[in-house]
Amino acid sequence: MVLNRNAVYSAISLVLCFFSLAVMYLLLEAYILAVLEIFIYAGAIMVLFLFAIMLLNLGREEALPNLRYLQRALSIFLVVIFFFGILLIMASGPDVLHQPSEKFSAGGIYSLGESLFSKYLLPFEVASLLLLVALIGTVYLAKRKI
Amino acid sequence: MVVPLEHVIAMSMIIFSIGVLGVLIRRNAITIFMSIELMLNAVNLALVGFSRYYNSVDGQVFVFLVMTLAAAEVAVGLAIIIALYRNRQTVNIDEINLMKY
Repeated sequence: MVLNRNAVYSAISLVLCFFSLAVMYLLLEAYILAVLEIFIYAGAIMVLFLFAIMLLNLGREEALPNLRYLQRALSIFLVVIFFFGILLIMASGPDVLHQPSEKFSAGGIYSLGESLFSKYLLPFEVASLLLLVALIGTVYLAKRKI
Repeated sequence: MVVPLEHVIAMSMIIFSIGVLGVLIRRNAITIFMSIELMLNAVNLALVGFSRYYNSVDGQVFVFLVMTLAAAEVAVGLAIIIALYRNRQTVNIDEINLMKY
């Protein structure tokens, strides 16, 4: 996905990636989140992305000027360092990870909704407020003349 | 069949690293934005894995909130990118180097 110059191909690969992630949620028995992943990410967010790509009429990204290849090599190097750094931290950590319990009772929509509307009521309300603020901000930004 | 936590975290790490790589090597603002979405999804996967591991629903609530945040972020970010394109006729971040002009 990230190695492709064409933004539309990247977006389609990202949709595929979201579907794979939804399958992983299913494997982890988070059923409602798998459905939400497909609805919100693969449905809403990617449509927004594709819409923006078409609106901006993005073609292929042009090739890098020669000077910048050092920059690219450096960034790949940094990512590899980052990856193996976390791997090292995980490997050297205390060995507390074991198999999760076979029985899992918190995957359905019932327990999620119950928790969302009792223990996490305030974050839920703040999230709705955040959506409202994002809505107003987007309308404000998208106006041609402010 | 139960997926071990190590595998979930390793997968999450791989996806997160791909996202970081995308942010670092792409120069198209929209592709960078998609890479940020990928990183958010990697964190979501780790949260769901821990929720499964600790047999608790809290992680899934956080994933729910992160999804809300991602939706809001995408709306605002794409609006900013479109406003930027309207002013500068480009979304290449190498050419966008002034805050105001």
